[in-house]
Amino acid sequence: MKTTDVPQYAVKAYMGLGKALYALDDAGNYTLVRSAGWEAEEIVLSQAVVECERLTEIARVRVANGESSPLEYHMYRNRMDVVVLAQSTRLFRWQVRRHLRPKPFAGLPTRTRKRYADALGLSLEELCTVPVDP
Amino acid sequence: MTGLDIAFDHQQSAHCESGVVSGLLRECGTALSEAMVFGIGSGLTFAYLPFISLGGQPLISYRMPPRSIVRGISKRLGVRMRYQTFGSVDAGTRALDDHLAAGRIVGVQTSVFWLPYFPPDMRFHFNAHNLIVYGKRGNTYLISDPVFEHPVDCDAESLARARFVKGALAPHGLLYYPTHVPARLALVPAIRQAIRFTTGMMLHSPIPLIGVRGIRLVARKIRRLDVRQHDRNKLLLGHIVRMQEEIGTGGAGFRFLYAAFLQEAAQVTGQQVLSDIAGQLTAAGDEWRQFALLCARMCKDREAIDYERLSDIMLGIADRERAVYRRLRRDVR
Repeated sequence: MKTTDVPQYAVKAYMGLGKALYALDDAGNYTLVRSAGWEAEEIVLSQAVVECERLTEIARVRVANGESSPLEYHMYRNRMDVVVLAQSTRLFRWQVRRHLRPKPFAGLPTRTRKRYADALGLSLEELCTVPVDP
Repeated sequence: MTGLDIAFDHQQSAHCESGVVSGLLRECGTALSEAMVFGIGSGLTFAYLPFISLGGQPLISYRMPPRSIVRGISKRLGVRMRYQTFGSVDAGTRALDDHLAAGRIVGVQTSVFWLPYFPPDMRFHFNAHNLIVYGKRGNTYLISDPVFEHPVDCDAESLARARFVKGALAPHGLLYYPTHVPARLALVPAIRQAIRFTTGMMLHSPIPLIGVRGIRLVARKIRRLDVRQHDRNKLLLGHIVRMQEEIGTGGAGFRFLYAAFLQEAAQVTGQQVLSDIAGQLTAAGDEWRQFALLCARMCKDREAIDYERLSDIMLGIADRERAVYRRLRRDVR
């Protein structure tokens, strides 16, 4: 890639952050060039974000219908999945999966809820509530 | 509170770990570019690890595991590093403050997700980000994050959270800094060793998931993707592109960065052939970029989905890379 070919496609999600790319100058030597972003980056980044939002919204509806515990909503909202949440609370995956159901979650001792709240950066009250609107 | 501000010359780099090591060495009066750090630290690889799940996708990595660059630099250049991890947040914070009070800048391993200065859409759960802390004002740390253009600030609470995040690759508050840097770095033998190591891994990996064989394997996987599952496949393609371009790679999954290393190595060793090989690797990198753009466009339906086509490009890249590493192995002894 030549320095003149470095894409300068302003990716909104970067919020003005410029990335450093290595490219060849006129003399054929590598130098660092600032790139505002690239079409490919914009697409895959928004794809990942949209996917997270989709899962969050599905979870929100499920919680409202009483099919899932608020934990599921907060897990996806924090861009986690069962694996990451289990790792960051040091619980087993099957435990986390169980706690995604309303009844087992409701029966959790404060100690365990605190673990989830800490891992998700929420207060105990926030952990047990989900917004009504998306 | 104290106001500590150690004069530090922030430079943006493509990759966090090589950027931090280069910055720490610069502070010790040793100029070693990011590309040299990356190359001598043997940062380049290709690995497809389906048994490690990242948000439901297999781990596809274009670089060696975290900390291997620091270790490679220590081993090959005789730079002695001190590493500290902590059992409690308080101990970790105190140690960091003590280093700053002593006028020492330190490298710190953190999570990306909990760093408030990252744009929200770029935050994800990756726990092996590296940055340099060079000062503290009141309750705010002054940070030189190598992938950012300018120095940034971070409040103490967020930094503590990012340093003590639990989970895969948990940092445990890791701090590191060089304790001894040789007055004269023996670059030429280090470059040779590093190139032998990287090419050996890329060409002769005993497991088919790593190196050129790994690239071929992923290419075959893409060819065999189920055409009835486009939505799921699109997530996989997007994931590959993110691993290749998104996360501070300097372009083309570190291939351009490694080519920059080869170019610099040609100057240092006087072996002009390295410069030619750098050109060959650049060509492979350009194809990686085309592959990424095509994958992304297919995700958005701007381009018809064609797994055969993607697979063929990737097999072509595998051949190009194999030629690069073979030539390196033959010519660098």
